[in-house]
Amino acid sequence: MHHVIVERWSRTQSVIHSRDARIKLLAALVFLIVVATTPPLEWLCFATYVTVLLIATLTAQLPLLGLLERAALVLPFSLVFGITTWLIGDHARAIGLFEKSYLSAWTALWLAGTTPLPRLLKAAEWFGVPRLLILTIQFLYRYLFVLSEQGQHMRLAAACRAGSRGAARAMWRAAAGALAVLFARSYQRAEGIHRAMQSRGFTGTFPAVALGRFTLADAAFLALAVIPVVAVRFV
Amino acid sequence: MNPVIEVTNLTYKYEDGTEALRGIDFTLQPGECVAVLGANGSGKTTFVLHLNGLHTATSGTVRVCGLPVNKANLAQIRQHVGLVFQDADEQLFMPTVMEDVLFGPLNQGLSLEEAIARAQKALEQTGISKLAGKAPYHLSSGEKRRASLAGILAMNPEVLVLDEPTTFLDPPGQRDLRGLLKALPQAKLIVTHDIPFARALASRAVFFQAGRIAAEGGVEEMVRRFEWDFH
Repeated sequence: MHHVIVERWSRTQSVIHSRDARIKLLAALVFLIVVATTPPLEWLCFATYVTVLLIATLTAQLPLLGLLERAALVLPFSLVFGITTWLIGDHARAIGLFEKSYLSAWTALWLAGTTPLPRLLKAAEWFGVPRLLILTIQFLYRYLFVLSEQGQHMRLAAACRAGSRGAARAMWRAAAGALAVLFARSYQRAEGIHRAMQSRGFTGTFPAVALGRFTLADAAFLALAVIPVVAVRFV
Repeated sequence: MNPVIEVTNLTYKYEDGTEALRGIDFTLQPGECVAVLGANGSGKTTFVLHLNGLHTATSGTVRVCGLPVNKANLAQIRQHVGLVFQDADEQLFMPTVMEDVLFGPLNQGLSLEEAIARAQKALEQTGISKLAGKAPYHLSSGEKRRASLAGILAMNPEVLVLDEPTTFLDPPGQRDLRGLLKALPQAKLIVTHDIPFARALASRAVFFQAGRIAAEGGVEEMVRRFEWDFH
């Protein structure tokens, strides 16, 4: 089964991985707000942000190149808006779009790569994100892997029976059929899951599991991550 | 000894009118292990879903540990009967194995400490304590099966109902599961097409045919009578 790489990163060990998910989420949010509100040509600020992200990535023992490559996936989108903005003459804003989107993607990947999603969702819930939304994401994430595996099996099955003539067209048709089948199977699976939940006494409310306590190391991490960026931006 | 499961003249019709069960009589004694054999579509799974209150009888009665299966008793019934589904992916819906195993005990109203103690014991019983923090999609088929079973054992049921437990398991996985189930003291009802597995575990078998129990007796006797083996 081919799991997403970021998920695998999140299950490794480092001093950053063992920090409380709430603290990491808070640090990332503060960082994103600071980045988003920084004027585009404040080079000292952006250099500090990059330094903080570099230290955070290396301390977490995440593969730097792999992470930077994945963060670059946002560039085609920001480039479209950046080029449009450049062409209408607002060069500073164009550069800002590029810098901010890339740093934001890097931050989000760092957070996802250092915190398993279940913990991240628990942290989000602790900050007041509605439980229904959390559960929806949780189920989507849990069954995304199952569905993607089924999808891969169907793709292979279609490829095994694909001829060489008009193969591309046939594959598109097969993909459309596979989508319909996946939808029907998802529906069936949802019914199965509901039955399994009922059989273990589910009556409509998920039992909540408590989060751990903050430690001094968590506080120290928050201070080290947030103070430099806030200081360089506002002081 | 009072039976843990007592089914009398059970019939069940689906909403479209299909008659899935036609007058089932069945009992299961404490500690007994019974194999449920029969062709696909003969009503085996529909039958076991009644034992946990997931289906409601059209007519007839189902009693679990002396309690009639009805809406008022559902919570108790589900404590007594643990159902392990065929597809472990449907059963393991929580983000981590530990949380999944905790799901049942917490629904039973136990405190978190009690539920954790139960979950740890169940994980030990099934030999997967090391997997507690893992996400279900990181597990092999055998590990998923054990995790599903742990989720049920944590509820301290008196009856284990297993629907096709050897599906997706390789031979070592089947052997491990067989050893694990043999060591469990609960009464067991195993829906299976896997005759060697049934032979190894069950002291009795019932054979389903078109929504009825066509015969019951020893596993070997059922296999011979219905030519239910492939050699």
